[in-house]
Amino acid sequence: MEKFKSFLIRKKKPVIFSVLGIAVFIICNALISSGTLGRQGAGLLVPICINIMLAVSLNLIVGFLGELSLGHAGFMSVGAYAGCLFTIHFDLPVYIEFPLALIIGGLVAAIFGVIIGLPALRLNGDYLAIVTLAFGEIIRSIINSLEFTGGAGGLKGINKFSNFSVAYIAAMLTIIVIVNLVHSRHGRAITAIRDNIISAEAMGINVVFYKLISFVMAAFFAGAAGVLYGHHLAILKPGTFDFNKSIEILVIVVLGGMGNITGSIIAAIIITILPEVLRDLSDYRMLIYSIALIVMMLSSSSPKLAELRSKIKGRLRPSTGKEVA
Amino acid sequence: MSLLQVKNLGINFGGLKAVDDFSVNIEKGTLYGLIGPNGAGKTTVFNLLTGVYKPSTGTFRLDGELLNGKKPMEINRMGIARTFQNIRLFSNMSVIDNVKVGLHNHQTYSVFDGVFRTPKYYREEKSMNDEAVELLKVFDLENEKNNLAFNLPYGKQRKLEIARALATKPKLLLLDEPAAGMNPNETEELMSTIRFVRDNFDMTILLIEHDMRLVGGICEEVTVLNFGTELAKGKTSEVLNDPRVITAYLGE
Repeated sequence: MEKFKSFLIRKKKPVIFSVLGIAVFIICNALISSGTLGRQGAGLLVPICINIMLAVSLNLIVGFLGELSLGHAGFMSVGAYAGCLFTIHFDLPVYIEFPLALIIGGLVAAIFGVIIGLPALRLNGDYLAIVTLAFGEIIRSIINSLEFTGGAGGLKGINKFSNFSVAYIAAMLTIIVIVNLVHSRHGRAITAIRDNIISAEAMGINVVFYKLISFVMAAFFAGAAGVLYGHHLAILKPGTFDFNKSIEILVIVVLGGMGNITGSIIAAIIITILPEVLRDLSDYRMLIYSIALIVMMLSSSSPKLAELRSKIKGRLRPSTGKEVA
Repeated sequence: MSLLQVKNLGINFGGLKAVDDFSVNIEKGTLYGLIGPNGAGKTTVFNLLTGVYKPSTGTFRLDGELLNGKKPMEINRMGIARTFQNIRLFSNMSVIDNVKVGLHNHQTYSVFDGVFRTPKYYREEKSMNDEAVELLKVFDLENEKNNLAFNLPYGKQRKLEIARALATKPKLLLLDEPAAGMNPNETEELMSTIRFVRDNFDMTILLIEHDMRLVGGICEEVTVLNFGTELAKGKTSEVLNDPRVITAYLGE
């Protein structure tokens, strides 16, 4: 018992995280089976998990590495097609086939992560943003014109393997891997590159390696999210992975706060639910997005609001508040 | 054998010879000063020695190992660390994380260890943390360890930069105007810190400075640069009284 107690104290954060994670899972499952969520609500759970995976992985590039990537939907589509083609052409038991498809989708996307990560070593800022944007569009038009991907008509006949449990576990794994990466020496190196690339190099950080690994990891999870997406809708159309999709993911990251994983998760939930709640206002969806973005930008850069936030923080956590003062 | 051997180092930018025929030998444990009027090429020498620029002519060796042509990352791993004239901290990271980035290459756990939190991760993170706190104590920064670097006052930012450079465990430390923007009291404190670093870390230090009190106070030897070439070299007290040096600084 004593040993258990000291374990709890020593590893407070991981324990709280896993308890919370399991609790959310049980509650969601209870809500689905009792029918409280309704069909529409239950149908949103998988997209929420997919968006969490996309946003958290993009946050690694945008928030921690500090590079603007506008091609996340490209990684997602590559993974989605790879994973879905695999489940269509192979016939293994579901519990082997689907996890394998997720990994294959992730790996294929990761290979593209290397391809797009290589120019990222030489480019930065606006130029890299344009290259990633072009990458997304090129992938889309290639998929559009190929025979075995179903072309513009889409890839049909995908089994509906995605359910809440699988999506939830995949999202949790994404969060755990990225959070742990960020809190390791490797994550600090990535953040150091964001803050000052010249002194990061002068401190002996291998900038090439860390830029690549960020792109590869982000691409892997985006690809896996794509596989979930394909097996959720049972059809893949190249048109869904357009520029707007990339921007939508970026909006989630910016809304949640760059370099803030909890923020990304919350924003992903809100952004997925919002269009359903505001179904009557669907014409104004993009308008609401942009207003929300502008409000977020203003509130995060306004000194008065920043002061207010730190006051609230200080009140919630008096001990750390004093330390800062 | 000298720790740092620089031979005829030079670099051209277009037609301009920013540094020409720069040679120096620095013995282990020396506090060496590099001075000269603005635009003399002092920081360019630092950029050459840390691999930011590739030299057009000449060579430099650390502990006998040829370093020219190597990348900044490699040179740091070979044992040269630096600070910057315009402070370049990782400003959105905490003070302790800045030092931990310096310690990065002295830990061995892989990305896999980090992502799956193997026992090796916990072991190395703990020793890394202890080492970083130890280093912050030397610079009297341990109370600030969880603050963001950009929230530190100017003098402490300079100290943190030195601490971060030391964390990479170099053989040679390059300080680019460590006393810039400091008041006399802070400079006094900095001088004793630099001496302390040299004695306790067994360090060889090459520093650029405009504050002659600091140079005269702690440097054993200096080189004076003017228009990219060496004007004078030798014992600090002799060089600072050399009429040519005084002319270069004050004019005829």
